[in-house]
Amino acid sequence: MIETLKDYYSGFAIMNQELTLVLVLIFVLLADLFLGEKGKKNLQFAAIGSFALATISGFTVSFGGSQEAFAGMYVTSDMHVLVKNILNIGTLLVFFFAHYWNKNENRNQSGEFYFLTLSTLLGMYLMVSSGNFILFYIGLETASIPMAALVAFNKKNRDSAEAAAKYILTAAFSSGVMLFGISLIYGSCGSLYFDEVANAFQGLPVQILAMVFFMAGMGFKISLVPFHLWTADTYQGAPTSVTAYLSVMSKGAAAFTFLCILFKAFHNYPEIWQNILWWIIVVTITVGNLFAIRQKNLKRFLAFSSISQAGYIMLGVISGSPLGMTSTVYYIFIYLFTNLAAFGIISNIENQTGKVGMDDYNGLYGTNPKSAFIMTLAMFSLGGIPPFAGFFSKFFIFAAAAEQGQYLLVFIALLNTIISLYYYLLVVKAMFINKSENPIPTIKSDNMSIIGLGICTIGILILGFISPIYEYMTSISFGM
Amino acid sequence: MDYTVLLLAIPFLMFLLLGLVGQKLGPKMAGILGTAGLSVVTVLAYYVAYSYFLNKGLTLNGVLESAVNGDGSWKALTSFNFTWLDLSNANRPDLRIEIGMLFDPISVMMLVVITTVSLMVHIYSIGYMHGEEGFERYYSILSLFSFAMLGLVVATNIFQMYIFWELVGVSSFLLIGFYYKKPSAVKAAKKAFIVTRFADMFFLVGILILSYYTKTFSFEQINGDHAALVHTTMGGLTFMGCSVTAIALTLIFLGGAGKSAMFPFQIWLPDAMEGPTPSSALIHAATMVVAGVYLVARLFPVYFFEATSVLTFIAYVGAFTSLFAALIACTQTDIKRVLAFSTISQIAYMMVALGVSGYASAHEAGLGFTASMWHLFTHAMFKALLFMCAGAIIHAVHSNEMDDMGNMRKYLPITHWTFLIACFAIAGIPPFSGFFSKDEILTAAFESNMIIYVCQAFVAGLTAFYMFRLYFRIFWYNEPTFHHTPHEAPKSMTIPLIVLAAFTCVGGFIPFSEFITAESIGYEIEMNTTIATISVVVALIGIAIATFMYKKQNEWPDKVTAIFKNFYVWAYHRFYIDEVYLFITNKIIFGIICTFIAWFDRHIIDGFMNLLAWTTNLVSDETKEVQSGSVQQYAWVFIMGVVTIVALALYL
Repeated sequence: MIETLKDYYSGFAIMNQELTLVLVLIFVLLADLFLGEKGKKNLQFAAIGSFALATISGFTVSFGGSQEAFAGMYVTSDMHVLVKNILNIGTLLVFFFAHYWNKNENRNQSGEFYFLTLSTLLGMYLMVSSGNFILFYIGLETASIPMAALVAFNKKNRDSAEAAAKYILTAAFSSGVMLFGISLIYGSCGSLYFDEVANAFQGLPVQILAMVFFMAGMGFKISLVPFHLWTADTYQGAPTSVTAYLSVMSKGAAAFTFLCILFKAFHNYPEIWQNILWWIIVVTITVGNLFAIRQKNLKRFLAFSSISQAGYIMLGVISGSPLGMTSTVYYIFIYLFTNLAAFGIISNIENQTGKVGMDDYNGLYGTNPKSAFIMTLAMFSLGGIPPFAGFFSKFFIFAAAAEQGQYLLVFIALLNTIISLYYYLLVVKAMFINKSENPIPTIKSDNMSIIGLGICTIGILILGFISPIYEYMTSISFGM
Repeated sequence: MDYTVLLLAIPFLMFLLLGLVGQKLGPKMAGILGTAGLSVVTVLAYYVAYSYFLNKGLTLNGVLESAVNGDGSWKALTSFNFTWLDLSNANRPDLRIEIGMLFDPISVMMLVVITTVSLMVHIYSIGYMHGEEGFERYYSILSLFSFAMLGLVVATNIFQMYIFWELVGVSSFLLIGFYYKKPSAVKAAKKAFIVTRFADMFFLVGILILSYYTKTFSFEQINGDHAALVHTTMGGLTFMGCSVTAIALTLIFLGGAGKSAMFPFQIWLPDAMEGPTPSSALIHAATMVVAGVYLVARLFPVYFFEATSVLTFIAYVGAFTSLFAALIACTQTDIKRVLAFSTISQIAYMMVALGVSGYASAHEAGLGFTASMWHLFTHAMFKALLFMCAGAIIHAVHSNEMDDMGNMRKYLPITHWTFLIACFAIAGIPPFSGFFSKDEILTAAFESNMIIYVCQAFVAGLTAFYMFRLYFRIFWYNEPTFHHTPHEAPKSMTIPLIVLAAFTCVGGFIPFSEFITAESIGYEIEMNTTIATISVVVALIGIAIATFMYKKQNEWPDKVTAIFKNFYVWAYHRFYIDEVYLFITNKIIFGIICTFIAWFDRHIIDGFMNLLAWTTNLVSDETKEVQSGSVQQYAWVFIMGVVTIVALALYL
């Protein structure tokens, strides 16, 4: 396969985004190391600025068709590039929201925050682009382990430490199960390359066992029921910016990877994993909704909401068609803006007043009308009310599932949107209707948050109408 | 995309600007900005019209495209056609929703009409709406309306037309309800919205039927080649004994009938006069209400080649509506309502003309089509003028009632003369524009259907009568006691009057048949002198009777009323059509049908939702222990989950 060393290293030529990200990483690391006390003030701008440039440069990458490097270990295509670009946009938005928190609470550690976040992002890149279970696993762990450090970022806060402990323990456990599954795959198929696994996969019981173990590991990352139990505790304890990052980027990257591997490695026996996914989706959406209703803490509330949203994302995966891939990526794209808008408001308010309870938001409209407005948009969009972007993403994902004849599943999901509407509107009700003795005082947001919230708001309002986005995704998506 | 997109972009941006920051700009700035924006649009529209009709070529996207085909017919040009939603697949390669701009003779003519009247209304409103609360809001809605109306006429496909059709409806709703503190205005706005929405439902069903079979929304494909596509895909299909094409086109016409206030949907238009008078001039006289006519004209090839029976139906509906509305107009005392019924009657004329029209340009067979569009053009100008004059009069006496007016010619000389010109035009006296267009309609009717011709000629006499009744009651008659001496309107209001009066004087001399024909091939109209003489004589008789009865106060009006006593009362109450509607909605729909539906909704639908909520709560309460916070338990659930799934996957 490998002709010469030169051919071998030419594989780096298609890793533009990874290499750019590594450059930014090294730049941030060195700047953090060598800048003096004074220079550190500007470190945040340097980090955000350089990453913004990397994000923009990502849009210049285009391959046309599918490309491979390192003998099929690494694969990429326009769809992979797009997914990485979407991850970049989300990360950049998280940086905007985290700026104030970094400035005030982690004066000397903000460099670490950026370094750790970008490391997990690199892991996600590798995971997304993997063509082999080994690279996939390395990417997964690169994304997970720095994440635990991020969750524990508020070192002196016990909740943060507890959240990190729960995260790393469950992550280790699920990694163990998954590795066991992968080793069974290797044992029964004789290869770890996705396409070779696909050829050797015959639906033997041991292979099904291996596949379920693998799915369990992915279920942990995407927080699908019953592998979701860590989610609420970790989301609640982690710093809000990290929670935002976990809920969108981590989930989005894992969902897309899951889809790619199911499409590539297990496409010869789709009915097996489709049946499993069918039940997982039903349980995930329902359980996420049931628990969300009872939450009083907004971060915990959004944790359960994100579990149920993960179930919706899987609706695109189960269809196994190019339309399914399009609608999954589109859903993640819209979900990113919507969920980050909600987390942006929450982190803003938490940073300045320390309040995250649903009751604390009573009467928010009276004191902070703009924040209440954006939060309302986010809730409407999460609930899938037209004409906000969330409606379009739900519409396409239902269409993708219905196209494959999954009518019952779509019907159950539709019933669940009614329930979800109830609890999303609870937040709106708190802000607009409930009265409060001492509402959250009028806060003044910092410029970075305003930029981030502005982008999210525009995204919620107009993305659904810009059809070229969806059409572009359609043109580059692929199925089983 | 090129400069033509500005025709839509400027009004839209103006709407956003004035709507979002209008309050901060203040009324003066809002008025100036709105008017300036629309002036640019008007100049662009005139430039497009000039290039298209006179230079016979339009520069689009940097390329000069000829507006004339090889055989001398007018060509439809598209400046851009953006795919908004692609619904195509192998079975339906052309089904996509597009947003684009189409330039062909009727759309370019409509551009001129809309921008002219809209600009005049913008200028006029600066004076008329001066000091009103919500001035900025008014201008922002005017911009929204202009945007929507322009988007409607340049639509490249029927779905885009539907989108803008609804936007037009919304802006009309907002303007009728502009004085939202007045209960009558709120009621009128609701009525207009509900009635037109009800009709739009038919329109949508019609669109869906048509596009279900033809698998496209594009006008070009539906109309092209004498509607061959409709013929091949829908020809011969029947549903319950009726041709499917006829059903679809009747439904589409019903949508148009709603917007154009054809019988039986006419009830909303008189009430819509609750809105500010200039907006009535723009929306409820000149532009939006002719959208229905425009819709039929747009799909004319389909109507003509595939559903001739529907065209005949349209002709009869039009003839009946015009007679019906003209009779009511003779009895009303609110001057804006007289004008409203006159509008209904005149739009019905246009519908009649389309209904009786042929297609070919040879031997003037397609005269009705040309006449309809011509009347649309002239009517827009003189009816907007009449409404603006009425606005000036109302501005002067602060009342809509005829009894508060009289002998006004002394106080409002400019208004008086321009109003008189418009009256001559609508009555059909040469050389004013209305004479030419109405004469061609009557000629077309004469050559096609004698009953309709006689009816329309009679309505022409009635029109002359009620318009001059209005004229004499306002400007002659007895002088009432004014609260304060009426005064002429400010310049910003009189200049638009003069401009529109000028259009009314010269509009008849435009060689319309060279430009706008059903077949797109120009021809020359030869005036039928017999018909022309008859219609002028009928109009003069109408004017003479009006002069006799209303120039000076006398006992004749009462005597005439006494003769037609019952009939007069019926006509005065608009033949009780509103009451019929109320009876149907209140007694039958709300009283009988809705009782059952409400029960179903309350018990079955709500019950189901309550059950859902109750179960959700219960299950959620029972299962909350699972989320205990203990990591060991999490791992246990995790592994049991895996085991269960494996068991399910292997043994099920």
